[in-house]
Amino acid sequence: MAEPLVIVGKGMAATRLVEELGQRALGRHAIAVIGEEPRLAYNRVLLSPLLAGEIGEPDVELKPAAWWQARGVSTFYGRGVTAIDRAVKAVTLADGATLPYGKLVLATGSKPVRPPLPGSDLPGVMTFRDMADVRTLRERASRGARIVVIGGGLLGIEAAYGLSRAGGQVTLLHLVDRLMERQLDAEGAALLASAISARGIALRLGVATKGFVGTDDVEGVELSDGEVIPADLVVIAIGVRPNTDLGRAAGLAVGQGIIVDDGMASEDPDIFAIGECAEHRGSVYGLVEPAYEQARVLATRLAGKPAAYGGSLLATNLKVSGVGVFSAGGFEAGEADQTLVLRDRNAGLYRKFVLRQGRLIGCVLVGDTQGALFYLGLIRSGQDISAIRADLPFGEPYCTLRAA
Amino acid sequence: MRGEAPTPAAGPTERTVRTTCPYCGVGCGVLATPDGQGGATIAGDPAHPANLGRLCSKGAALGETLGLGSRVLHPLRRNATGGYERVGWDVALDAVADGLKGAIAAHGPDAVAVYLSGQLLTEDYYVANKLMKGFIGSPHVDTNSRLCMSSTVAGHRRVLGSDTVPGNYEDLDSADLIVLVGSNTAWCHPVLFQRMQRNRAERGAGIVVIDPRATATAEGADRVLAIKPGSDAVLFAGLLVHLAANGLTDAGYLADHVSGYEAALENARQIAPNIASVADRTGLTPAMVAGFYELWGATPAVVTAWSQGVNQSAQGTDKVAAILHCHLATGRIGRPGCGPFSLTGQPNAMGGREVGGLANMLAAHMGYAPAEIDRVGRFWNAPRMAQTEGLKAVAMMEAVEARRIRALWVIATNPAVSLPRADAVQAALGGLDLFIVSENVLSNDTLSAKPHLILPAAAWGEKDGTVTNSERRISRQRAFLPLPGEVRPDWWILCEVARRLGFGDAFAYSGPDQIYAEHAALSAFENDGSRDFDIGAHAGLPKRDYDALEPVQWPVPAGRPLGTSRLFAQGGFFTADGRAKMVPLAVPALANPTSADVPLLLNTGRIRDHWHTMTRTGLSPRLSAHISEPSVQVNPADAARFGLNEGGFARIGNAFGAVVLKVALDPGVQPGSLFAPIHWSAEMASHARIGATVQPDCDPFSGQPEMKATPSWIAPVAYASQGFVLSRDAFALPEGSWWAKLAIVGGQGQLFATDSGPAELMASIRDAFGEDGLTEMVDLDGGTYRCAVLRDGRLVAALFLAPFGGLPLWDSVKHAFADPAALPDNRLALLAGRSRDGAADPGPTVCACFGVGLAAIRAAFTGGATSPDEIGRQLKAGTNCGSCLPEIRRIGAQARATVAA
Repeated sequence: MAEPLVIVGKGMAATRLVEELGQRALGRHAIAVIGEEPRLAYNRVLLSPLLAGEIGEPDVELKPAAWWQARGVSTFYGRGVTAIDRAVKAVTLADGATLPYGKLVLATGSKPVRPPLPGSDLPGVMTFRDMADVRTLRERASRGARIVVIGGGLLGIEAAYGLSRAGGQVTLLHLVDRLMERQLDAEGAALLASAISARGIALRLGVATKGFVGTDDVEGVELSDGEVIPADLVVIAIGVRPNTDLGRAAGLAVGQGIIVDDGMASEDPDIFAIGECAEHRGSVYGLVEPAYEQARVLATRLAGKPAAYGGSLLATNLKVSGVGVFSAGGFEAGEADQTLVLRDRNAGLYRKFVLRQGRLIGCVLVGDTQGALFYLGLIRSGQDISAIRADLPFGEPYCTLRAA
Repeated sequence: MRGEAPTPAAGPTERTVRTTCPYCGVGCGVLATPDGQGGATIAGDPAHPANLGRLCSKGAALGETLGLGSRVLHPLRRNATGGYERVGWDVALDAVADGLKGAIAAHGPDAVAVYLSGQLLTEDYYVANKLMKGFIGSPHVDTNSRLCMSSTVAGHRRVLGSDTVPGNYEDLDSADLIVLVGSNTAWCHPVLFQRMQRNRAERGAGIVVIDPRATATAEGADRVLAIKPGSDAVLFAGLLVHLAANGLTDAGYLADHVSGYEAALENARQIAPNIASVADRTGLTPAMVAGFYELWGATPAVVTAWSQGVNQSAQGTDKVAAILHCHLATGRIGRPGCGPFSLTGQPNAMGGREVGGLANMLAAHMGYAPAEIDRVGRFWNAPRMAQTEGLKAVAMMEAVEARRIRALWVIATNPAVSLPRADAVQAALGGLDLFIVSENVLSNDTLSAKPHLILPAAAWGEKDGTVTNSERRISRQRAFLPLPGEVRPDWWILCEVARRLGFGDAFAYSGPDQIYAEHAALSAFENDGSRDFDIGAHAGLPKRDYDALEPVQWPVPAGRPLGTSRLFAQGGFFTADGRAKMVPLAVPALANPTSADVPLLLNTGRIRDHWHTMTRTGLSPRLSAHISEPSVQVNPADAARFGLNEGGFARIGNAFGAVVLKVALDPGVQPGSLFAPIHWSAEMASHARIGATVQPDCDPFSGQPEMKATPSWIAPVAYASQGFVLSRDAFALPEGSWWAKLAIVGGQGQLFATDSGPAELMASIRDAFGEDGLTEMVDLDGGTYRCAVLRDGRLVAALFLAPFGGLPLWDSVKHAFADPAALPDNRLALLAGRSRDGAADPGPTVCACFGVGLAAIRAAFTGGATSPDEIGRQLKAGTNCGSCLPEIRRIGAQARATVAA
């Protein structure tokens, strides 16, 4: 008899887990997937190109319905889980139904942060997280709305870019004096900023939002210095917070996220957490790659084989508004570190490598991210790169040639 | 340009002009077909007897050197601030004439000198000589030929009685033995060397090379005698002793045509009493010496040919005499396939000698005997004949330094590079009351001494006249390009000055034809067979005939218009008694010995693809790709002794000056010796003016300085970084950097070494080019900086700096610089300095004619080719001038050794 495995959440981590299980332990579990959104799982990373109109809705779908059926997965879409009863090993759905589980996986992802600023509940002050948001935003942008996006991190830039492409007049506000400060150094951020400005987005760096003005609808964003930027629509994209409500309510240990061990298990050995809602060794990852790694580890363990997740090196490898951005490791050099820079302003290229004692410890690539995985490998392995130092910026083919 | 065949795309057309090459004394015929845009297609002239259609790498690349970019096109006068302003010819010529008048009035005609060049045409030379020696009244006319072959002139005159080369190039085809003494013929006279090699291959002629240094020539020889520097005369004195002892002399010839034999033989016996003594003095084994003597003695058809190893010596005249003695003693002279043969370094050294353009000659092979002064004076109707020999080059510059010479006119040469003690010479030139330079180029080391007037002279392709090559062959050098700007021929400039000095009637030539006709008439004037140089058949030659003149060997006396192919087979020397005169030699020794402070002998000379101070060859990308940096060749044992490494740098110096050169280890250089090229000036490299380190000690007869054995020290020089920079226009590297400039397609390149770091180079690049279009890689701590500046899809500049020893190859960047289509889509690949697959790096050029690199030749050998012939069939390399064949053979040998290992 197959053990009932219930997965709460139907995002990218959940989908990957099902896929991994299909390869490693097909038929071992009776899998049920529960998701709040009333649709098939989709690739959240593609929401901004969807917003930009560069792709269509079918393109973002992760797997077709038949795929889920072929794996015998019961899907419960359009309703969330309201409670976990660890004693009886069952979950309660929003419609009151209960599902027993042998193993329970929480893959609930995260939710956008909405700061408690004056006027933040005005209509027209939104976040950008799911397919429904995309539809609303596209519709407003296509009418040429004046849109203020708050947050110069990855999500905010993506939203601004998508809205601009969709026809909106976009202003992007960021509290810090450079974009993506957690991924980029000053020069890389400046290059990205000029690329974004070149795409017609008004960029305001180092500005704090005081609140939102408007009577029935939002009409503007008020900055800390009193300036009001007129807006028909405001998108808050200042970050996300792990969705830990269920775990917390079930009495699991929660820090920033649901705390898990190297086997992705929470305090309760039958309950696991993966993806953005999980906290592993003090880290919560907001990116897809660690979630996939975690899904693989968990699937292996559920298949009865040993596997351990050792944490992910923080790496960002994305197209931000059409500009390739890669960031990994420590990208600001300490006093004892050395840096190697490659720059081509006209071509919009920037590469920075931080070296410590002959080893690559961090790297930023803007404009062209070719070789990113090679660099990530070098950072992870910690191998001495002195012999290929002068060839390092040019990518793996040059380096292996020289080494050979 | 690379890979393009040196032969013209189309054959000769009606626009094709038959002329001669401006480089060495072989005097090859050239077919120049102007393209109507200032350039020309160049090919060898199959009808010219000197080369029969062949050209060497330098000649074949002449088309790459015709641009006007580096030319001086207008008269320039120095102003009060030391800058130059353009003036009209009238102003310039008046200033020259007034200046000369002033100097003569204040200090006498002896205070005026001209310093000429073996690159002048005979007509230019003639006018300069006539003006100075007959009208200004100064004997101080000398020439850079003093550095080239004046010891041969003196040796010929002392022993043969006249400055006559007895044989001709056909002797090189029919000799059974060719002995090359102090001559890197393979590189310096490639067309003749190929002729010798053909004789060797087809007729089995033996080739013996006598040279302290194992050169490319030695690689094409049957025997190599690597003698100690300065011991040539010992070897040939010993040969004379051997010939006498073994009954190999021609008693009849000696009896009928030679005097002084007994004394010369006795002198030779003192110098070289026996084989053991010769072996000891020359550093050869007794067996090598004996073997050479037997071979020479047993081979009647022997040509002994020599170049600067003999001439550039404080005993050069004796060395020439020692060789001439052996040929006279055996009567091996003036007959087909045998004779002594001086291979001249300059295109018209011999023409210059014909008109008297040497300080110790008067005119037309006449000296300063009272009857000769009188005769020339009458012929010229000259008011003020010089009465004594003048100052020879080195002494002339000492007189400039001592301010005994107050006014100097330098024409068509670069003494601030080429003379011994070149730094002192450059400084002395700057102290002249009147310093005039007639030049082609806008900038060179002599012009850096700030002449008062710079006169724009016609260059090769623009000038029209005659030259005489090493085999006495007079050829027309014809113009095929218009005179650019206000450029004028040298003869015109000289005549205009003469006119302003009040001598207009004697210098009223309408063109070079009239000058030549007068020169020919002088050669025949009261000659009657008493002087070797007689071209009386051309006296009064009409312009039409002058223009159509076919190459002809002098003497061309009246009634013998086809000239003379050989002299002296039946004696008939141009001496009072008709005999040649053997002379005793001084004890062979170098001018200066080495010592603990200066333990090495510095030898200087040419490399394959450059000529003189590179003002012309330096413009050719093809010629700059063979040896791109000035280096000192050091024996590996000496390198170990003095702490030098291949590819590192060394400072070489002595009491006269110092240079810094790249180090190249070469087992062909004897322990205790160094070899450095003569070509690099301050224009072309930062620290490579080798003339600055050459001693001024001269031969007592010829006044030729000993440029091949200056005692010197050497010490390693370390630089933190090295790099290269390519730019469309000049780019100034940080102060203190070592650099060598070279022509590349589309601009110029510099290879450099420096103690400046990436930050300084970064700043220099920003100063020069700004940030627009700048791509760069910066590794401040790793010592690496690379950048490329791209504008409008075109590479404008590129600079690569690396810690010393880690410089990437520049070929792919050079390629992209030359050809925008070769720019990689990914600019990063440009800064990587190589293609992604690591291939397509041709390496240094081996065959300059066809632009074939080392990598391709090596690959062909590795791929199964077994001979240079096969390489030629596969890659064309070596099939034109053949000067790279020794190198190709060496590459083949290395490849086989690698495979065997």
